[in-house]
Amino acid sequence: MASQEILREEPSRGSFVNDPKVRSLFFQTLVVVLLFGAVWWIVQNVIDNLQRLHIASGFQFLRGRAGFDISDTPIAYTSDSTYGRAIIVGLLNTIIVAVAGIITATIIGFVIGIGRLSQNWLIRKICTVYVEIFRNIPPLLVIFFWYSGVLAVLPAPRESFHLPFGSYLNQRGFYFPRAVWGDGSWLILVALVVGIAMAWFVRRAARQRQMATGQQFPVLWTSIALIVGLPLLAYVLSGFPLSFDFPKQSTFNLTGGFQVKPEFLSLYLALSCYTAAFIAEIVRAGIRGVNKGQTEAASALGLRSGPTLRLVVVPQAMRIVIPPLTSQYLNLTKNSSLAIAIGYPDLTATAGTVLNQTGQAVEGVLIMMVAYLLLSLVTSAVMNVVNARMALVER
Amino acid sequence: MGAAFTREKIRVCLKNREKGLWVMKNIAIGILGAATLGLMASAASAGTLDTVKAKGFIQCGVSTGLAGFSAPDDKGDWQGIDADFCRAVAAAVFGDGTKVKFTPLSAKERFTALQSGEVDILSRNTTWTINRDTALGLNFVGVTYYDGQGFMINAKKLPGVNSALQLSGAAVCVQSGTTTELNLADYFKANKMEYNPVVFEKLEEVNAAYDAGRCDVYTTDQSGLYGIRLTLGSPADHVVLPEIISKEPLGPAVRQGDDQWYHIVKWTYFALLQAEELGITKANVDEMKNSPSPEIKRVLGQEADTKIGTDLGVSNDWVVNIVKAVGNYGELFDRNVGSGSPLKIARGINALWTKGGLQYAPPIR
Repeated sequence: MASQEILREEPSRGSFVNDPKVRSLFFQTLVVVLLFGAVWWIVQNVIDNLQRLHIASGFQFLRGRAGFDISDTPIAYTSDSTYGRAIIVGLLNTIIVAVAGIITATIIGFVIGIGRLSQNWLIRKICTVYVEIFRNIPPLLVIFFWYSGVLAVLPAPRESFHLPFGSYLNQRGFYFPRAVWGDGSWLILVALVVGIAMAWFVRRAARQRQMATGQQFPVLWTSIALIVGLPLLAYVLSGFPLSFDFPKQSTFNLTGGFQVKPEFLSLYLALSCYTAAFIAEIVRAGIRGVNKGQTEAASALGLRSGPTLRLVVVPQAMRIVIPPLTSQYLNLTKNSSLAIAIGYPDLTATAGTVLNQTGQAVEGVLIMMVAYLLLSLVTSAVMNVVNARMALVER
Repeated sequence: MGAAFTREKIRVCLKNREKGLWVMKNIAIGILGAATLGLMASAASAGTLDTVKAKGFIQCGVSTGLAGFSAPDDKGDWQGIDADFCRAVAAAVFGDGTKVKFTPLSAKERFTALQSGEVDILSRNTTWTINRDTALGLNFVGVTYYDGQGFMINAKKLPGVNSALQLSGAAVCVQSGTTTELNLADYFKANKMEYNPVVFEKLEEVNAAYDAGRCDVYTTDQSGLYGIRLTLGSPADHVVLPEIISKEPLGPAVRQGDDQWYHIVKWTYFALLQAEELGITKANVDEMKNSPSPEIKRVLGQEADTKIGTDLGVSNDWVVNIVKAVGNYGELFDRNVGSGSPLKIARGINALWTKGGLQYAPPIR
């Protein structure tokens, strides 16, 4: 007992300098002070130098008239809009291509990843070749491949490929008929929402019934019938309010309809193909990571191979897959800044133009950095929620 | 030098520029610019003239390759009005026109590069505007080429189009971050026409897109259109439409806050004009030193006890050095864009004021 007392007393008896608590507090304070000092020094220098070089600073320029046009505008934008709005248009374009790319990359990635584990020699080898090709080429080259190698060699607008349903493909992009919503078309939208809601309730009820009685209910077919059938019914009842605006040949281009520009297409396809190669490997690792005993136990319980994959293997594989998947989604979002090479007006391109037209380099770069940081943090947050729901619940 | 600009060589120059690096470089320059501003010593730095003399050469910001203005020839030497202007400044400062290093800059990079001190002069077919003179902290020294924005189309693909007012609905290729991009928006808006902008950051990308048929119309400064036309697959198919939709006074710029350097660059430009006005050429400059005309003697620094050059911060025979290095303004123009070049652009408003043009230099005395 006595020796323990002594041990406990020791620090206070030693010199103040040797107290670990005081020491750690001192060094932590020192680091914080140095860090803040360095940041303050840099900021102060920027301000001083900007003033000395007579360069305007501050964020007031965001309210000025932009004066330039942007080719893809998801929200209303003209050359009379502000610089701030131009940057938002760029940000939205980045989000659009990132979300579209993430969805497609995930689908291709899962197909290729499962394909690599296939029993079929040809499928397995094709998937391996795909992964090895796209994983080992820089994304910029993949973008140039789609832009200059595939889409630029398509015919000119006058010799467009005529595809089914009144759509066209030429070097200016992909044109398809645009839906024009007439009077009463709100009923279709309402029917769609109701259909989705009902499908959800059916799914829940079916699950409860299966839990209680063990009887299964054809959820998939009922859901499709509800989600497709209800809007179709509404369409007929409201007197066919939907019409289509078909692309037509004019002096220069096809006009009317909806145009997907080659800049978007090539960036979207390139990012999807490139990232899919990485996702495929992650998926393969995830499935391989599930113990073989799980599959054997499932078949011992009488499950066929389909339900085994769907109910036993994939849910467990997802726990391994989701964390690295998040990194790939972040990579894809950041790689979308390569859009600048082919003229897709993403955040980097529009903010860069604003930066150049106003000369506000420091503010421009700052806006870009903060925007990408926020995008990445939001993606991470969403994926963390998904991960938390998928993770093993421990009691 | 003019003969070096055969069409093939220009095309090789334009296409040879590496594609992969520039995206990185562009982003890097933005961040570097910000970082340089952050890390530069807050004390007032030495004047540009002293810095330039200490390092022994002038760092000159040029385009990434625009025939007639600044483009590397087959030996990798930069040729053109803008490149030669930097040589003229080097000749004034060092007595040697070769003491120049060139930094190719995209339209987006150019101002940051000058502001951050990466280049000493921006001589890169850049339009003089009030915003650039004030908010960007630059000083334009003069107008080395009076230009205006025009449109070029492929006449073979678009027969019957002979005016810019027929371009409604067209896809227009344009370089981003330029006054061209702004004028284009204004022109189509003012004439209530629609267009699809197809915007690239690099001149080469715009050229390639136009050549591949991604857009119907190419718009930039008219001089640029003539130069670019030579680099296309079949130049004869393309016509430059008659409309000029803007004033584009192109000239060199320096940083604000260094009056001495500003004066040296500005008076180099005036010396080029003055030499042409007085008939001083590369060939006869040594003879001209002995001219009986007091004005020629004064300009060439042959006046007894002259202080014109030393007051400027250079040697008294600075004009002799300039003319020996690049010739006078007229020679420079003919060799790079005029009758002695493949571009064959007429002097027009770029003639001296004595011949009905706008080029006019205040007296050197």
